[in-house]
Amino acid sequence: MASPGGIAVVGASLGGLRAAEQLRAAGWERAITVYGDEPHLPYNRPPLSKEVLAGEAPAATTALRHRPSIADVEWRLGTAVESADLAARTLTLADGSVHAYEGLVAATGVRPRRLPLPGGPPRHVVRTLEDAAALRAELAEGVRVLVIGSGFIGCEVAATARRAGCEVTVVAPETEPMMLAVGERLGRVLRRRHEARGVRFRMGRLVSQHAADYVALDDGSECGADVVVEAVGSLPNVEWLGASAGVDLTDGILCDAQLRIGGLAHAVAVGDVARFPNPRYGALARRVEHWSMPADCAKHAARVLVAGLSGDGAASPHDATPFAPLPSFWSDQVDVRVQSFGLPGVGDGVRLLGGDPDSEDGDVVYGYYLGERMIGVVALGGARAVGMAGRYRAELMALPEAEPSSRSGV
Amino acid sequence: MLKVTVDLDVCQDHGQCVFAAPEVFTLDEDGHLAYVESPDEALRADAEDAADVCPLQAIRVEG
Repeated sequence: MASPGGIAVVGASLGGLRAAEQLRAAGWERAITVYGDEPHLPYNRPPLSKEVLAGEAPAATTALRHRPSIADVEWRLGTAVESADLAARTLTLADGSVHAYEGLVAATGVRPRRLPLPGGPPRHVVRTLEDAAALRAELAEGVRVLVIGSGFIGCEVAATARRAGCEVTVVAPETEPMMLAVGERLGRVLRRRHEARGVRFRMGRLVSQHAADYVALDDGSECGADVVVEAVGSLPNVEWLGASAGVDLTDGILCDAQLRIGGLAHAVAVGDVARFPNPRYGALARRVEHWSMPADCAKHAARVLVAGLSGDGAASPHDATPFAPLPSFWSDQVDVRVQSFGLPGVGDGVRLLGGDPDSEDGDVVYGYYLGERMIGVVALGGARAVGMAGRYRAELMALPEAEPSSRSGV
Repeated sequence: MLKVTVDLDVCQDHGQCVFAAPEVFTLDEDGHLAYVESPDEALRADAEDAADVCPLQAIRVEG
């Protein structure tokens, strides 16, 4: 065993970076090693489907700033962690070397899901710098781009490709784009705005076959395509934990309310790969793939881990502050910006709070409710719309009142 | 002393800072960002959270 221990952070993206910074902020003074399979230091992914894809941002602008406190962190890049032994507290890398650690932060994120259809036009995903560069090389005036999927990446890529002069069609099984994130009503407003800018939608459809220069849909119709972009969701990178008994790896790494893995005091998870309960939205553990989540997770997980390693965390876990982050995302779809606070997707009711949803431009703000309780606000438009959304901050930050039944028992 | 600076040439009005630290950052009716340059020490953690969630890394917290 080569490495002397310290805290191992597995994953060198935003989550890994924030974890290292927050470990220092939480008082960890000994070694921190960050392991990453990509050759790059942590970089910012949101510009990949927007400025980088449009050729407007030099790749260097995606670099993430590092706090001075982590100047002595060791970065082991370009080597995947093959497996972890949570009992022995060791990692095995792809090169066969074994590294011991005292504490573990799992920050391995997600990878794009791929469709199991062979053949067809060149197919792209957008997750890494290399992905964005490869797709960017294909986008030119008149190129027929078929985007499969209408979530964040699908809508952003469609808008960027359209502005590059491509003929763009989006195919997705939902009724409206971005529906899982913002619901059907706002999804409809978004679709109309994209359509007004020339993007075509084939909603409610699946791709059933790829051919040389077209894609067949499940209603028998065909869409001509020179380039296909798959934006059909993601898969958590959990395989490296596969041999660790007792960890639930169904859709991410199941964590307790303090982000600990399997109840261990020496292992936590952060970011896209972590599935954890958020008391704002009930007991159900969820993964939240929003850009702000790694920072929120890292701050909490680092405190829990440092306390756990120093021995004063495990004894009284109930004294710890509950981890209850307010999720948030934004999505820039060329000149259409969506900004969300809270978790609108879990709501059962939607109300228009301001603006005109029938206009092709202009600000629109929707509120999302679970019963009478506001659980999300989505602003479509610029800073004025965000300012409007900000008026509901206190409501969104309020935790639900405890169920009477939770006071009994135990 | 706690010192906050925002590069307004870089800022794109995402408003993440306003949600993270509403006593430091606000958006007015016209959508213009305003912020407290020397906030109270008690707001340090909020200001640092705001810097962390700025998608453009436009916020600096020093002192």
